[in-house]
Amino acid sequence: MKPAPFDYVRPESLDDALAALAEAGGEAKVLAGGQSLVPALNMRLLRPALLVDVNRVVGLDDVMSEDGALRIGATVRQADTLLHAHPMLAAVLPHVGHTVTRNRGTVCGSIAHADAAGELPLALVACGGSAIGASTRGRREIPAEDLFLGPYTTALAPDELLVETVWPQFAHDEGFAFDEVAQRGGDYALCMAAARTRGDDLRVVVGSVTPVPTLLEVDPERPGESAAVQIEPWGSIHASPDYLRHLVHVLVDRVVERARERAA
Amino acid sequence: MISVDVTVNGRRYREEVEPRLILSDFIRHRLGLTGTHVGCEHGVCGACTVRLDGAAIRSCLLLAVQVDGAEILTVEGLAGAGPLTPLQEAFHRHHALQCGFCTPGILIAAEDLLSRGRRPTREDIVDMLSGQLCRCTGYTPIVDAVAEVAGA
Repeated sequence: MKPAPFDYVRPESLDDALAALAEAGGEAKVLAGGQSLVPALNMRLLRPALLVDVNRVVGLDDVMSEDGALRIGATVRQADTLLHAHPMLAAVLPHVGHTVTRNRGTVCGSIAHADAAGELPLALVACGGSAIGASTRGRREIPAEDLFLGPYTTALAPDELLVETVWPQFAHDEGFAFDEVAQRGGDYALCMAAARTRGDDLRVVVGSVTPVPTLLEVDPERPGESAAVQIEPWGSIHASPDYLRHLVHVLVDRVVERARERAA
Repeated sequence: MISVDVTVNGRRYREEVEPRLILSDFIRHRLGLTGTHVGCEHGVCGACTVRLDGAAIRSCLLLAVQVDGAEILTVEGLAGAGPLTPLQEAFHRHHALQCGFCTPGILIAAEDLLSRGRRPTREDIVDMLSGQLCRCTGYTPIVDAVAEVAGA
């Protein structure tokens, strides 16, 4: 339970951080909050040659409201109260880890880590948000729907730093809801779902039961039932595939109902 | 080796460390402050919780090199050489510990909760404790102790 040796750099400018990642040729890992990376180091699931600690890079710790979206920098902690300016973040953050891990863990780190059972990746997809990746080759914006490729796998290149995530605000007449079922508070969810609705539009996203947060086309009359038949969960020692499909049914019905109430 | 200049419980330390040394081991083995306990070493049990520049964090999920220039408070620093803090007194009164292994982390996490300027409810206290594992006392006396100090 002790990390294998690695080199460590602590750049103070974005250019230096990107240069270090480029030089490492894919052998580096970015250290921000470390709430997922450091356990993996301690258990030696990961043995990177270099850690690039971005916590002191100037300009990555801002939360900005701009053009109808909240822009969250790479080192902004999940506990930052400014994040509650976005209703979807206010709804999911209490479910992300615990008070103490949220003091250190970052929003962007959760996105880049891309755990299939992570609430923040699902929330970013539900918002129709995006991620800004930066490397020595330049910057690019990746829509959330194209970002998550599989469990722990994103479209970010090994030398690319997720510098910012963009969270579009909801319209005033738009309703949304999020809910999950976990074995204990703060645990990763067995199943989670989010819904947004405005007029006849209905957007449903499920997670934990799929390799990546997944947008579903649902029947507006029978949302839970029509969602559950689209999901093929693997199941685990904690929950059978049938039980997980049942959770999809119940949670999707619940979030759609709440989203409609709030839109009304 | 990288130089770390850090203030722990008001005392300044300067040490040379390997990058892979985790903060909990630094606190216990280098500084000899064994009040900070180590349980799971992957951020689940909360026994190693300390305050870093005021915020309660898992010391097993931070590298010692990361705290260069920071201020840390461990359980030894709560009362210092003085009398027990009101929270420690409340733990005593409510029998909020048996073996005591989880207690340092819980005291630190609860002190953080109590210092946020908003009076925590019983629900807030339970939510905070979801990140701190206790395997013998049971949580009710711990919630009672924190709630008494919070006035909840």
